[in-house]
Amino acid sequence: MTTLPMTTAKKLGLVIDLDTCVGCQACATSCKEWNTSGYSAPLSDQDPYGADPHGAWLNRIHSYEVGEGDTGRTVHFPRSCLHCETPACVTVCPTGASYKRASDGIVLVNPETCIGCKLCSWACPYGAREYDYAHGVMKKCTLCVDRIYNETLEPEDRVPACVRACPTGARHFGDLGDSDSQVSKLVAERGGFDLMPEFGYKPVNKYLPPRPRRDATTSASGDKKPAVREVESDADPSALTTRFFTWADKVLSR
Amino acid sequence: MTSTAEPTIDLNVRAADEIKTTTCYMCACRCGIKVYLKNGKVRYIEGNRDHPVNKGVLCGKGAAGIMQHYSPARLTSPLRRVGPRGSGEFEEISWDEALAEATDWLGAVRATDPKKLAFFTGRDQSQALTGWFAQQFGTPNFAAHGGFCSVNMAAAGLYTFGGSFWEFGEPDWERTKYFLMFGVAEDHGSNPIKAALGKLKARGVKFVSVNPVRTGYSAIADEWIGIKPGTDGLLVGALIHELMRTEKIDLDSLVRYTNAPWLVIQSPGAADDGLVARDGSGKPLAFDKSRGEIADATRVDITPALVGTFKLADGRTAVPSFQLLAGRFLAKTYAPDTVAAETGVPAATIRRLAQELAHAAFDEAIELDVPWTDWAGRRHEKTIGRPVSMHAMRGISAHSNGFHTCRLIHTLQILLGSIDCPGGYRYKAPFPRPTPPPNKPQGKHGTVKPMTPLAGAPLGFTTGPEDLLVGPDGTPERIDKAYSWDAPLSAHGLMHMVINNAGSGDPYPVDVLFMYMANMSWNSSMNVPGTLAHLTAKDPATGDYKIPKIIYSDAYYSEMVPYADLILPDTTYLERWDCISLLDRPISDPDGPADSIRQPVVEPDRDVRAFQTVLIELGARLCLPGFVDAKGEPRYPGGYADYIVNHERAPGIGPLAGFRGADGKSFGKGAPNPRQLEQYIANGCHYVHHLAPEQRFMKHVNKAYLEWAKDKGFIGSTDPIIFQLYLEPLQKFRLAAQGHGAVQPPASHRQRIAAFFDPLPFWYAPFEGAALDASDFPMYAITQRPMHMYHSWGSQNAWLRQITNENRLYMQRDKAKSLGIRDDDWVAITSNIGRVTAQVRLMDGVNADTVWTWNAIGKRGGVWGLDKDAPEVTHGFLLNHLISELLPEREGGYRFSNSDPVTGQAAWYDLRVRVEKARPHEIDGTTPRFERLQSPLTRLKDTQSTFGTEFAEAAR
Repeated sequence: MTTLPMTTAKKLGLVIDLDTCVGCQACATSCKEWNTSGYSAPLSDQDPYGADPHGAWLNRIHSYEVGEGDTGRTVHFPRSCLHCETPACVTVCPTGASYKRASDGIVLVNPETCIGCKLCSWACPYGAREYDYAHGVMKKCTLCVDRIYNETLEPEDRVPACVRACPTGARHFGDLGDSDSQVSKLVAERGGFDLMPEFGYKPVNKYLPPRPRRDATTSASGDKKPAVREVESDADPSALTTRFFTWADKVLSR
Repeated sequence: MTSTAEPTIDLNVRAADEIKTTTCYMCACRCGIKVYLKNGKVRYIEGNRDHPVNKGVLCGKGAAGIMQHYSPARLTSPLRRVGPRGSGEFEEISWDEALAEATDWLGAVRATDPKKLAFFTGRDQSQALTGWFAQQFGTPNFAAHGGFCSVNMAAAGLYTFGGSFWEFGEPDWERTKYFLMFGVAEDHGSNPIKAALGKLKARGVKFVSVNPVRTGYSAIADEWIGIKPGTDGLLVGALIHELMRTEKIDLDSLVRYTNAPWLVIQSPGAADDGLVARDGSGKPLAFDKSRGEIADATRVDITPALVGTFKLADGRTAVPSFQLLAGRFLAKTYAPDTVAAETGVPAATIRRLAQELAHAAFDEAIELDVPWTDWAGRRHEKTIGRPVSMHAMRGISAHSNGFHTCRLIHTLQILLGSIDCPGGYRYKAPFPRPTPPPNKPQGKHGTVKPMTPLAGAPLGFTTGPEDLLVGPDGTPERIDKAYSWDAPLSAHGLMHMVINNAGSGDPYPVDVLFMYMANMSWNSSMNVPGTLAHLTAKDPATGDYKIPKIIYSDAYYSEMVPYADLILPDTTYLERWDCISLLDRPISDPDGPADSIRQPVVEPDRDVRAFQTVLIELGARLCLPGFVDAKGEPRYPGGYADYIVNHERAPGIGPLAGFRGADGKSFGKGAPNPRQLEQYIANGCHYVHHLAPEQRFMKHVNKAYLEWAKDKGFIGSTDPIIFQLYLEPLQKFRLAAQGHGAVQPPASHRQRIAAFFDPLPFWYAPFEGAALDASDFPMYAITQRPMHMYHSWGSQNAWLRQITNENRLYMQRDKAKSLGIRDDDWVAITSNIGRVTAQVRLMDGVNADTVWTWNAIGKRGGVWGLDKDAPEVTHGFLLNHLISELLPEREGGYRFSNSDPVTGQAAWYDLRVRVEKARPHEIDGTTPRFERLQSPLTRLKDTQSTFGTEFAEAAR
């Protein structure tokens, strides 16, 4: 068993917008690309060119359909560690390798002391931990801890690789413990929600729900009705043509 | 409880010794990237924030480029085939040997009959060079992959309004208030579209996606219209019908900027029927209502009539072209109630979409305080915008009705007045160009001669039968039959027909087939078994291959390599110079033209050379004009980089527009600058010229823009670019088919030309569906590109293949149930030429009459560095095996290619199939499975990859 800090000074995390995620996998591959040579090195791949290629990824995107008929939609759902406030993956760790940082709340694995027992992956209900078969230790999202404070990077680049890459701008990074932060405001504005709050692990990461659709059930202009001249239906094409030609026969200057 | 002090972590690890900028090549999007180098090796790639295309972001492919660079499928040295074609038996040879052999082969062709070289270059981003090589060599038989990609979009756009979607223009993402997208799952314009959709949704702009499949972009659309494939033109026609019915047309812009008022001669049966009435100097005529007389339509002081029947001075009758257009779309044929069943889109939905378009265009019009001056010198204090924007791509273009369907979409934009205005479609320089651009295809009958360059670039734009490349009897002059009566407006050629035609000797055999970066023996060909048969067919009399010599350049051991005789191994995209040129396919922004370069961020560790440098050396060895100087010495001894800097296409105009002139301060025109590449690199490997605010909109009629563009050589004159709603060149072809003029189609082609060369856009049923019995093949079958693999052509990528390494046949749930098919069942997909078995995945978000799969996931065994039991081989399948490259025989036995009759665009998405449960023994993997190819590459069996460890250790 490993203890958690009583509080953390910050609650760094991600806000992921399900309204604009198109499932392009940029967050997954940019994460893999940064981290396989970074703090989590390597994120090894087994059988990379063979029958069953599989490796350690800190971020995976699932695509599925919800609802049926006209209300149905396709959802792209990126999934990574939520950096919970009370993460069971840390408290089950027998060696103290898993820990939650007191300064910023990031949940990390110390590869020096991880024994690869996988208890944490059983404890995490979000499936966010992966075993690295080559390295023999657990891997997980670090919020790119080796980027976000890294003074060798340009200030604008001191964000997780996934946030840096996301083409649709669906990923946001910041301090969710600060109600004035951009990410906290975004969560408040858009009704950001916790994933499976009923488990009680208090995830820090938030998801933004899809915005209401402007489809058959809503008008393009909100309350304002489209101003369309009401004309009779096209029962009589020749009358329609005659009327249209009369309308089009205007004095038009070049 | 374990509670130890937190370990100390180095938070300031230096990830790179050096960061170099260059341009991505993981798809055709050409984003700017920054490559992190550690110990001289590639460690990390991220988007370049300063780059005009991607502005910092990078997609799933781009961020996996590192694995493409380190792929075990990379070729390592030049190869000469020693076994039979397809055996994969090669010997390694030196570059000297390879170049000498290629020079021998090509030299013999050039000395006798240059058109016996067919040079086709696939997903080539250097067409300004490769086209010039073909021109200087003297063969008309050149094209890149546009013929099987999106020539319908390019041709329809250029002929109609001098632009096109994607590279030639884009929605005004910042200002648009309604965005309508057709046939785009995840393709062309990848990152810019993704970034823009995120912003549109944040602004609350309605986004409608018309696509049979609800994946990718369609998944986040406000409204998904799950249309039946190939019926988009009918939907657009109905939208036009509705806009006309409700009188929501921008008549003012029609009389100013289009040929709507031009008078069209009405004399059925005569040689001038349907042509534009013109005065003695060739100027189009209109009826001026203010003076009550026929007048020069280009005059600005007239009040042109859009409707009416008028007598010309010589007594002939003529009507404004708009009257013909309106008559067509007001007809019941295009009424929403008529088209609902065929398109699968309810009439009420069509009426509502039309209302929404009209509302956004007219009730939410934009007025910008941006003064501009039109072509006639009239100053406008404000720029008016009709903020409706559209985008379309493969789902429109890959049908045999794609040209006219794309014309319909542009017609819709033009009727709404939303071209190059705030919130609408915006051109990207060097576009707009004249409708169509003035260059004609080269290689007319009798002009192709030994040791003689063509008079111009091989590809161009025909405007009448006299421009065709046909013999006196109407037979095609080009190997792909481009610019023949088979496909008169084939502006990008028909690469998909080259192997078939060369193998059949129709219209003639070739001696050398030279290809680059095109997997023509697999996912880039229709009818793979038929293509393989042509590649391996021998002449029984001589025992030689019917296609005697095949030279192929690629960076990877793809399915095509084993079928070639001489392999010129290319570099990866991180090992090369390239230029993304305004002379080729631009990466400009609506606010200004842009171009960019690739620089080698690392040197190759294999005996490979960049294809462009090799081509320049071949040109020099062949002593092609322009490739050698007056003394016969190589003109560009420094290879492609030398060419990029020093080549001049016209005085002062070269591959790169930025940093020209001796001082490097000129844009567009200027003497070669020896420091140009250095300056590009210092500027992040790109250059953007910013247009002045008064030049940024209405470019087709904007005096300041037109004068600037003429000065830069983008256009030949400052004449306004008039939109061709009525496309007169098509009528000229049609008249020829009706028996008029000196150049007429053979009898076999007359009916087809007369039917499809309608000067007004229209919808017709895609050919395959129309030719087959729908009860035999009731389902439409199409492909989509997976976000993370579109255009990345290679499942050898160790990361991307973990995301997708097999493809399913996706089917609508209720439809499957009606056929007794359950999720995960194996099914047989049968077309009129073949049968493929695959495993099913059921879903809701697909048109009920449509099945689909991911494109190009399936691989043939033995290639791409994959193991023989890779899922790509055992469970990945191609629909290509089911798609015929030829349409069924017509009277007289002639078989047209399975292509658009106007442009020759491959009609991939016309495929019709039936789906039924597979037989009990067919559940062990996909069929057909082709014999495994042998590979000359040796790869140690990698049981695992720990890529990255060395960088992390170096940092510790």
